[in-house]
Amino acid sequence: MTWADIGALDDIPAQGARVVKTAAGCVAVFRTADDRVFAMADQCPHKGGPLSEGIVHGTSVTCPLHAWVFSLESGEAQGPDAGAVATFAVRIEAGRILLDMRRLARRVAA
Amino acid sequence: MKRKLVIIGAGMASGRMLETLLDMAPDAYDVTLFNAEPRGNYNRLMLSPVLSGEKTYEEIVTHDEAWYAARGIETRFGEHVVRIDRARQVVISARGETHYDKLVIATGSAPFILPVQGKDLPGVVTYRDLEDTNAMIAIARPGAKAVVIGGGLLGLEAAAGMAARGAEVVVIHIMGHLMERQLDPSAGYLLQKDLERRGIKVHCRGATKAILGHDRVEAVALDDGTVYGADLVCMAVGIRPEVRLANDAHLEVGRGIVVNDQMTTSDPAIHALGECVEHNRQLFGLVAPLYDQAKVLAATLAGQAAAFRPVQTATKLKVTGVDLFSAGDFAEGPGREDIVFRDPGRGIYKRLVIEGDRLLGAVMYGDTADGAWFFSQIKEGSDISAMRDTLIFGPGFQGAAPADPLAAVAALPPEAEICGCNGVCKGRIVTAIQGGAVTLDAVRASTKASASCGTCTGLVEQVMALTLGGGFKANANPPLCKCTDHTHEDVRRLIKAGAMKSIPAVMQELGWKTAGGCATCRPALNYYLIADWPLDYRDDRQSRFVNERNHANIQKDGTYSVVPRMWGGVTTPAELRAIADAADKYKVAMVKVTGGQRIDLLGVRKEDLPAIWADLNDAGMVSGHAYSKGLRTVKTCVGSEFCRFGTQDSTGLGIKLEKMLWGSWTPAKVKLGVSGCPRNCAEATCKDIGVVCVDSGYEVSVAGAAGMDVRETLPLCKVATEAEVMEAVAAFVQLYRENARYLHRIYKWVDKVGLDWCQAQIADPATRRALCDRFQLSQSIYQVDPWAEHAKPAERAKWAALADLTLEAAE
Ligand code: SRM
Ligand SMILES: Cc1cc2nc3c(=O)[nH]c(=O)nc-3n(C[C@H](O)[C@H](O)[C@H](O)COP(=O)(O)OP(=O)(O)OC[C@H]3O[C@@H](n4cnc5c(N)ncnc54)[C@H](O)[C@@H]3O)c2cc1C
Ligand code: SF4
Ligand code: FES
Repeated sequence: MTWADIGALDDIPAQGARVVKTAAGCVAVFRTADDRVFAMADQCPHKGGPLSEGIVHGTSVTCPLHAWVFSLESGEAQGPDAGAVATFAVRIEAGRILLDMRRLARRVAA
Repeated sequence: MKRKLVIIGAGMASGRMLETLLDMAPDAYDVTLFNAEPRGNYNRLMLSPVLSGEKTYEEIVTHDEAWYAARGIETRFGEHVVRIDRARQVVISARGETHYDKLVIATGSAPFILPVQGKDLPGVVTYRDLEDTNAMIAIARPGAKAVVIGGGLLGLEAAAGMAARGAEVVVIHIMGHLMERQLDPSAGYLLQKDLERRGIKVHCRGATKAILGHDRVEAVALDDGTVYGADLVCMAVGIRPEVRLANDAHLEVGRGIVVNDQMTTSDPAIHALGECVEHNRQLFGLVAPLYDQAKVLAATLAGQAAAFRPVQTATKLKVTGVDLFSAGDFAEGPGREDIVFRDPGRGIYKRLVIEGDRLLGAVMYGDTADGAWFFSQIKEGSDISAMRDTLIFGPGFQGAAPADPLAAVAALPPEAEICGCNGVCKGRIVTAIQGGAVTLDAVRASTKASASCGTCTGLVEQVMALTLGGGFKANANPPLCKCTDHTHEDVRRLIKAGAMKSIPAVMQELGWKTAGGCATCRPALNYYLIADWPLDYRDDRQSRFVNERNHANIQKDGTYSVVPRMWGGVTTPAELRAIADAADKYKVAMVKVTGGQRIDLLGVRKEDLPAIWADLNDAGMVSGHAYSKGLRTVKTCVGSEFCRFGTQDSTGLGIKLEKMLWGSWTPAKVKLGVSGCPRNCAEATCKDIGVVCVDSGYEVSVAGAAGMDVRETLPLCKVATEAEVMEAVAAFVQLYRENARYLHRIYKWVDKVGLDWCQAQIADPATRRALCDRFQLSQSIYQVDPWAEHAKPAERAKWAALADLTLEAAE
């Protein structure tokens, strides 16, 4: 299974985020003002701030600890700061949010 | 021999299909057409003009008796098909069985009905067919009250139609802005304004709780306690494909009846088209793709090859006088960029969404003349790189001027107040300039505008620039952030002068350059709106910094600290026990006495916050707002109750002040101190507001600080009674709330506006009283314990992870 159903779109406030726990660490799932979703590691490359708690504006998020700004699309830090966060594919189907688990799931021996 | 074709549903899709089929292969089939409605095909889209009175039903009929007769079609109108027997290839209706060689299901959709109490009362209608339309026409007349539930395309057309007939209409919409599927918040705001101008009341974020009434509908009650009287309720909250027949016949059904590219269902003898189908997991709610389906199905039935490929759709709201257009995919997304154009003066908003060299989507409001052109660029996937810079100005345009930052000021009416201190309106300033006052000093001398606190200087200069034209150069204060050219002060004043009451309203009216603002402007705007419109505006939690959104201070490791209020620094053994119990129960990392005379529980996990708050609430404690731009602490000393030097009850006064001020939002944090004598053990003279008790009364001083700057307070007033202290402090806090720029502590603001001006406002009894009243009004709404609200059982799940997939395994 590569796409995991993590919840309904309405579980995430518009211009907000929720966290999903995975074997590869916490993933922040963002919802923009116009109902797009994005997923990225919930850890700022600066000092580990929880990006899920940042202010979401357009398709960017501002880290709550020291205000670095990241593109939700590419995971790249914007402006003068250098660094990037891992992003993961996520999509909406019939109001449900599906997260691509290929790089997040624990592999088990068959 | 002719084969037998049976069609269930005489709607928009099957009507077009029949026309095409009979053109291609007039003699292939004997056709029987069933329709549940007691009539044949008509243009359903045009029900809205029928409702508003701009058209009659007769004008929207597409196929009349003569048309069916001429083509030998057997019409079975008013007759429901109740079952399909696939084994015997017959459909069953009231008048018996009808055999088919080929069957077409074109049953459209059924309106979704909210499962609330009262939904079946007479007077509750949906908006789908002529019966619904006639029911609305029968009720909608001057004086009648109608409530429309649902602020999407259909709901708004119903609302506008009934309003056009004179009814008083309220639209209740669950989301934050109208037509959220087609419009972004800015366009939604303009639409709301237009509808309100026609007398339609719009209630966003309204959840319907029940429809009330005995024999017929009388009112609609919302979750937030609002009740709207209603002679008619129109439910337009969405549609779902009408799939019951297909389900019962065990055809493959997802959300709709599943069809392939040839519009064939899982049974080769049965086809389906229209809103009832699902193609490649997609449903359809607008006619354009249905017409394409109709052509494909006609070809399939005529034995020709054809394949359905869904195309982009465009939406227009059919409300006369409202210009709105949205097409393609205008959501933000990976690699996508926005081009935004706003002309506040003319109420125009346009937004294009671009990816690489392609235009993906467009939203327009106010000026949709170029809609069709943009739509064709989207459909054709044209390379727009060469015209990118001027694309937003439409097909004929080259080298347009950028949006004018003066437009917002230009749009203000003459009576809009520019200078709050001296009550000077725009008209008076313009008259003075036209009368020869061409310098700022001259305007100040003749009108007094900008002559007091000076924060409106930018606006006065803009009025001068507008009146004098190119010759005048306005000052160069830094703008609020990169999203706007306006300064904080100008934004504050324009919000008041233009009565702007939402973030999208401010962004639209003031020509914001980004679609959704940024982390700098959003919290500032949210504060300004709360301070200026306590009754109308609702706090936007997503525009708040993490601490204020989560009502706790975030720590460097992502945990939080919890500080309950300890009024005036006074506590009880019971409170201390409850704090100790909470510290044990939630395994807090450290219990610390703060510099603000209370106790901090550090290292609480986010998911535990609601539970620890509930425990502290149970012991009678509320949030200490140790995280807010709002009232923090009121430090006190022991005062006359215990101390041998105390002159007044400083502890009691501190508690009273804290109980009056807590919960209020301010531009930056506010701290008070109350000392019982000039020895000043509560350090009152380095606080934002300090009270020092003396034999003859109380010395109130303001604008102290002991953080990054250390300042001694400056005297505001000296009064004789506690009541006067309370009034002076409330008035001063309100003065600060109404005038300071976001994130400026009191001392920074007083540096700008001058202590004299503050003293004069507080000294004047009428001004002081009015400020006090406005403060109390705001407190009547905002003085609520946020912990209690978020600790409610229904809220708790939102504080935990959305999902736990740690055990999820890949295959
Ligand atoms: C808990 C406390 C320290 C303590 O253990 O005693 C504290 C802790 C913080 N202070 Fe403070 N301040 C605390 C009393 C003070 C005081 C003393 C006072 O209030 O009498 C001051 C100086 C007085 C003043 O404000 O003028 C003080 C001046 C600051 C400043 C500088 C403000 C300024 O305008 O210059 C900041 C930074 C800011 O607000 O931007 C700050 C910011 C902070 C923050 C909120 C930093 C942050 O944004 O995360 C700290 C939060 C720690 C946490 O996670 O809980 N804290 N801070 C005190 C809480 C008091 C309370 O009960 O609410
Ligand atoms: C007020 C209004 C305004 C609209 N405005 C627009 C617009 O501006 N632009 C746009 O693109 N779209 C608009 N639409 C949507 C558009 O009308 C629909 O997409 C379109 O009508 C769907 O066509 P259809 O043939 O699938 O279904 P319908 O037109 O709904 O036809 C289905 C027919 O099947 C009948 N039926 C259902 N079950 C049975 C049964 N068991 N037996 C017999 N008969 C049955 C129904 O009575 C109905 O007559 C509007 C819709 C409404 C209601
Ligand atoms: S302020 Fe004065 S009265 Fe109060 S504790 Fe200090 S010394 Fe005593
Ligand atoms: S941890 Fe994110 S900016 Fe410092």
